[in-house]
Amino acid sequence: MGIVEAILLSVITAATPLVIAALGELVTERSGVLNLGVEGMMVMGAVSAFAATQITGSPYLGILAGIACGAVFSQLFAFLTLTLVANQVATGLALTLLGLGASGMLGESFLGIQGIKLQPIAIPVLADIPVIGPLLFRQDIIFYLSIALVAGVHWFLFKSRAGLKLRAVGDSHASAHALGVNVIRTRYLAVMFGGACAGLAGAQLSLVYTPQWVENMSAGRGWIALALVVFSSWRPWRLIAGGYLFGAVSISQLHAQAFGLGIPSQLLSSLPYLATIIVLILISHNRRTTLINTPASLGKPFVPDR
Amino acid sequence: MRIELEKRAKISTLFSILSPFIAFLLMIIFGGIMFALLGKNPVTALYSFFVEPLSEVWSLHELAIKAAPLILIAVGLSVCFRSNNWNIGAEGQFIMGAIAGSILPVVFYDWQSPLVLPLMMLMGMLGGALFAAIPAFLKAHMNTNEILTSLMLVYVAQLFLDWLVRGPWRNPGGMNFPETRTFAADAILPEMIASGRTHWGFAFAIIAAILVWFMMRYTLKGFEISVLGQSERAGRFAGFSSRRMIWFSMLLSGALAGLAGISEVSGAIQQLRPVISPGYGFTAIIVAFLGRLNPLGIIAAGLVLALTYLGGEAAQLSLGVSDKVTRVFQGLLLFFVLSCDTLIHYRIRLVWYRFTASDLDGSR
Repeated sequence: MGIVEAILLSVITAATPLVIAALGELVTERSGVLNLGVEGMMVMGAVSAFAATQITGSPYLGILAGIACGAVFSQLFAFLTLTLVANQVATGLALTLLGLGASGMLGESFLGIQGIKLQPIAIPVLADIPVIGPLLFRQDIIFYLSIALVAGVHWFLFKSRAGLKLRAVGDSHASAHALGVNVIRTRYLAVMFGGACAGLAGAQLSLVYTPQWVENMSAGRGWIALALVVFSSWRPWRLIAGGYLFGAVSISQLHAQAFGLGIPSQLLSSLPYLATIIVLILISHNRRTTLINTPASLGKPFVPDR
Repeated sequence: MRIELEKRAKISTLFSILSPFIAFLLMIIFGGIMFALLGKNPVTALYSFFVEPLSEVWSLHELAIKAAPLILIAVGLSVCFRSNNWNIGAEGQFIMGAIAGSILPVVFYDWQSPLVLPLMMLMGMLGGALFAAIPAFLKAHMNTNEILTSLMLVYVAQLFLDWLVRGPWRNPGGMNFPETRTFAADAILPEMIASGRTHWGFAFAIIAAILVWFMMRYTLKGFEISVLGQSERAGRFAGFSSRRMIWFSMLLSGALAGLAGISEVSGAIQQLRPVISPGYGFTAIIVAFLGRLNPLGIIAAGLVLALTYLGGEAAQLSLGVSDKVTRVFQGLLLFFVLSCDTLIHYRIRLVWYRFTASDLDGSR
């Protein structure tokens, strides 16, 4: 395998969790809910996936555990913000703080244990194509899932009736409610999907990216995923471009170190965070386009009148 | 079963006082359950977590030392949150304040003067405020979400500190340890009371809380903060500028976080290290909400959250529970605070039936 291929492969591995977590948050935000707890749900997904894999020996059960844990954990946020109409920003932060704390506690006995890496699955015929084959068709199941999920969410949001309802809830919950759409239930499900995706993204971190458990191993990726949703203007396909751009930036530090360019490693490590800020500025500085793209009810509480 | 909310005609005064206490009680109950699940006796565990640290003089001093940065930061955050500016990067402003304030004792360590300490404090505030100015500028003039930018800058500040103490600021006589020189006597924030280690940072925190409380309650600025926070539109009609408010609240909270940073470094650690905060900037968010965004409430809330840090250390020693329990307690507490706040604005009704004849009756 050549150096270029190796670099591209590492970019894909770094980008996949970003794409998945951002996709889940995109659906949540399309329903009008801002969940800042992505980081917390992701790290909970990572620890439960790692633990389940260690206990059962099967990384596939680990993936399921990660998804389930993210989905269940997100319902804590949903209950507070949807049923008790608590402030979404503050509750999202609470979810992140609790997730970081709880995962640290749950994962303590798994520290320093060599993990089981999720093995790639080669797709017959396609995997033998030079260059593209090993990159795209000799990947693990989470990568395939990430692409399928983006396509699926795009179809769901823009081609299906349920997706139309979900977007209606996000753009004007009062109108959707008046038309008989169950706003609260739609949002519960959208939050749960966001949680499941964050959990899956976390599972990718502890089973593929670095197959071990390290405290706070999401390292801000949940926040970068939130920025990616803004970057994508709430459109699923653009997440792939954004995710791979950020994957490339976060990988560049490793390769720059390998080339020995003499740049302080800390500066290189801060690149993904600085890049996030720069991208956010570029995307949001035009007030009008931001206003048009943002789901109009985003972050606004809804209490149905009975 | 279904939960229905009914908007109260007036905000409940009873629950606005009670809700932090209910939240704390719920945290204790859940904490007890958690300890029981970990195989510990919940009563002794809770005792060593929440009571034992209060029983000795030295640990009361530790409590004040840990509460000082939490209160200082949370007081600034309360102004931000009340005006709807979500600065969640206080951790980064804390670090940058600590770095800016440490320029004198680390780079100009030869200069000994009674002026050193006040200058350090000022530079700390300036450092924190300048770092908060980045998300403020981006929000006010570039329309960029302050939640994400302020948080991203936390990572940048942590990496910058790491680079400084391993690189240019490393103590030349320090056996290659990643830390700066120990501060000279002139650069150390003195102790406040003879009986222990509590330094003047605690006094700063109390003074800041009282000043901000006064501002919120008795000045036009305070009124402006609440009006703009509750309705930007109403604020505009009153001639208040939300753009100026972004600057005001972010710079104020940045300066207070910076002061917290330099006080902690100068008073408690007395040198810079790669890690100078156990997440004070994030815990302060919980402090701000537990104190119901009221500076006087924040003093009490800061002491409570400081207790969870001490309790975590104590429980680790006496029970062998992981000190991660602290972070779980803190996260749970914020959840309970936020859910109890619902009681202030709404009446909660549990509805046991799904559909009855009275639902068809038009009078309901």
